[in-house]
Amino acid sequence: MTTDHDIYASSTETTEGRVFTVSGQDWDQIAEGLAEDDSERVVVNMGPQHPSTHGVLRLILELEGETVTEARCGIGYLHTGIEKNMEFRSWVQGVTFCTRMDYLSPFFNEATYCLGIERLLDIEDQVPEKANVMRVLLMELNRISSHLVAIATGGMEIGALTVMTIGFRERELVLDLFELITGLRMNHAFIRPGGVAQDLPPGALDEIRAFIALMRKRLPEYEALCNANPIFKARLVDVGHLDLEGCVALGLTGPVLRSTGYPWDLRKTQPYCGYETYDFDVQTWDTADSYGRFRIRLAEMWESLKIVEQAAERLAGLEGAPVMVADKKIAWPSQLAIGSDGMGNSLDHIRHIMGESMEALIHHFKLVTEGFRVPAGQAYVPVEGPRGELGAHVVSDGGTRPYRVHFRDPSFTNLQATSVMSEGGMVADVIVAIASIDPVMGGVDR
Amino acid sequence: MGIEEKLPSGVLLTTVEGVAGYMRKASFWPATFGLACCAIEMMTSGGPKYDLARFGMEVFRASPRQADLMIVAGRVSQKMAPVLRQIYDQMPEPKWVLAMGVCASSGGMFNNYAIVQGVDHVVPVDMYLPGCPPRPEMLIDAILKLHDQVQQTKLGPNRAREVEERENAALRALPTSEMRGLLR
Amino acid sequence: MTEDKSPDQRALEESPENAPASLDPEVRAVGVRRGMFGTRGTGDTSGYGGLVQPVVYPGLARRPLEGWHEEVAAALDAALATAGAPDAVEGVVVHRGELTFHVRRDGLPAVARALRDDPSLRFELLSGVSGVHHPDDAGRELHVVHHLLSMTWNRRVRLEVAVPDADPHLPSVVATYPTADWHERETYDMFGVVFDGHPSLTRILMPDDWPGHPQRKDYPLGGIPVEYKGGSVPPPDQRRSYS
Repeated sequence: MTTDHDIYASSTETTEGRVFTVSGQDWDQIAEGLAEDDSERVVVNMGPQHPSTHGVLRLILELEGETVTEARCGIGYLHTGIEKNMEFRSWVQGVTFCTRMDYLSPFFNEATYCLGIERLLDIEDQVPEKANVMRVLLMELNRISSHLVAIATGGMEIGALTVMTIGFRERELVLDLFELITGLRMNHAFIRPGGVAQDLPPGALDEIRAFIALMRKRLPEYEALCNANPIFKARLVDVGHLDLEGCVALGLTGPVLRSTGYPWDLRKTQPYCGYETYDFDVQTWDTADSYGRFRIRLAEMWESLKIVEQAAERLAGLEGAPVMVADKKIAWPSQLAIGSDGMGNSLDHIRHIMGESMEALIHHFKLVTEGFRVPAGQAYVPVEGPRGELGAHVVSDGGTRPYRVHFRDPSFTNLQATSVMSEGGMVADVIVAIASIDPVMGGVDR
Repeated sequence: MGIEEKLPSGVLLTTVEGVAGYMRKASFWPATFGLACCAIEMMTSGGPKYDLARFGMEVFRASPRQADLMIVAGRVSQKMAPVLRQIYDQMPEPKWVLAMGVCASSGGMFNNYAIVQGVDHVVPVDMYLPGCPPRPEMLIDAILKLHDQVQQTKLGPNRAREVEERENAALRALPTSEMRGLLR
Repeated sequence: MTEDKSPDQRALEESPENAPASLDPEVRAVGVRRGMFGTRGTGDTSGYGGLVQPVVYPGLARRPLEGWHEEVAAALDAALATAGAPDAVEGVVVHRGELTFHVRRDGLPAVARALRDDPSLRFELLSGVSGVHHPDDAGRELHVVHHLLSMTWNRRVRLEVAVPDADPHLPSVVATYPTADWHERETYDMFGVVFDGHPSLTRILMPDDWPGHPQRKDYPLGGIPVEYKGGSVPPPDQRRSYS
């Protein structure tokens, strides 16, 4: 680029010293400029647009040579106002918004929001078994896809591009299942208050079984590639250390907490959706470092596969069972389906609400125009997301729309530990520490 | 007639613009500008299954100074908009912008205080890609359609004239809400 | 029922089943909902336009509570008496199995410290802090909600502190729960609640120079009309709504 004047590639004087904008090909100028300064102290701004900050995260690092003396996060670059938007939509429509918060774990966002609404509606016991099994199935598949992206992007950020490509290869398999079951690859809005949106499509169980068999072959590849890999271990072992006291004081949950050896997993300690009836183990590690978190994620994918297999077995025996509560003031009076020609609503659906039942027509009209009312009160039903405790604080004023919904997102809380994990270490280890927390900026900023 | 008849076989004649456009489209380097959900689909497009490398585009440049194309993948918040503009300014000419997904194109479902209602308020957009998020196939399709635009890009004074014409046409255009007739 | 039904009849007296909670005199309404179909003026011919319903949240529970709720409440009372703040808790609500302590703002640090340190309470982990804005709840417009988790006892409680909009100050709990740092900054950013004693209470999600606190109820959604060929649709907060 031939420019005489580039407003960004220049330096300015401030009260704090000289400020440079690094833009590539100007390294000599910066090195000279810094040499003139006697202080070794450099404050580096990283992001929000940086390939290895795990999204639009901004880091402000104070460096002494290559050692980080202070690390601060700047967030909010993806603040979407989803919580405010949800206040202007009906309770069911809110699912469509919250699924887009933490876009790598959409089913967990939907599940915690719907569990909160169900508690306020007092229909927790009425959610049919098949809906709960399907929720567990989808959440565990989602945990696999989320951990795959965590490992893939974490690998990419330290330069292990093969880990990234194989991670995305396997994630595609999970996404194909999601597409088969929900119709969408991401942002599903499939878990609804009272159950799930649709029944399992024909052939889905065979696909799930084939997926489990394939993953049993593919997951060992990660172990063979990474577990004992000297470069991988040199980058990860003893990096981003945070012990149990630090985790509890800073509110960290999920793999970071479990890497200290504390088996805290809400699926075991405060079960929801019938997790107490599945056979699986809580994975822990005892090193409290990035390597331990990587190994926990890998081991959790195996545990999720176990749960998926059990859920698939149960679904085989639940063919034709309802997937929504029976109360037609909450669930639609007739299961919505696409017509046999692939266009418009199915004739069965229209016949039921238009021709067979006056009540169905009334319920359908009320649900579609204004939605159901939720009794006034507040509820908080957290679930164990891939990153830790994910909970929605749902407040209703008795109306047809959420009065206020606040999401306690694990990425937001866990990201606070960046400073503790990376101060005193090398600048390259900051990236590893953040990758081991695995924050998703959509969840951090909401 | 003319010089064509005197040429030996195996030689093609074209314009400088045509050659330049052909070269540009065949090694088109996107900048990494992942913001939200769409960024994951953008990364998937570069992954093994969809393999954007087939179109000479696997090198996602981390530095905007080495990139020709900015794929704005996700919702642009008010806080991110100045950053986005700075990165656009840092990209060398010629440059193209692809608004990936409905949030980047128009704000989408997030019609609220936090989100810029379409990234075209901040930078000129050459290609809008709908979807929430668009599938990787849709992204590849949008990029291939953009390749056609790149191939047709003019040079020098022709380019300046084209820019002016498009600018004037945009200023004269009727606002969408005032359009009448068939709703198409 | 012979009296003349005027348009301003009170739904609550006419049909008590419309009330979301009990008619306990201690229960206070935090607002009212008028009409039914969201229309204003002459549009509503259904007769429901005159409907006035109070917005009532679940009322205070009477002690003793049931099960572990009473254990926690009693242990907290004892710990607060020792700490010299016996009246820090102004009420307890049990709704759908969830325990909520309504805390006076001056007593919040003592309550937080007691809940964390008392061996029979041990709420080690602060899940999160957020705000709820009730513009019609005069003198208690801004509610700040803390969710606490005891990993030792596997219990959860919620603390709710109400502060007036005119004086939106309450003590920070960062000294007790370092987690609260970013959560309180977010609550300040979104609701304008000032946490006294917070180490650096600045905006966190919105740009530093942003005017207003966006998730308050008096802050508009901020959408723009959506244009189509031949017309435009207003943003969701200006459309007709049903509640």
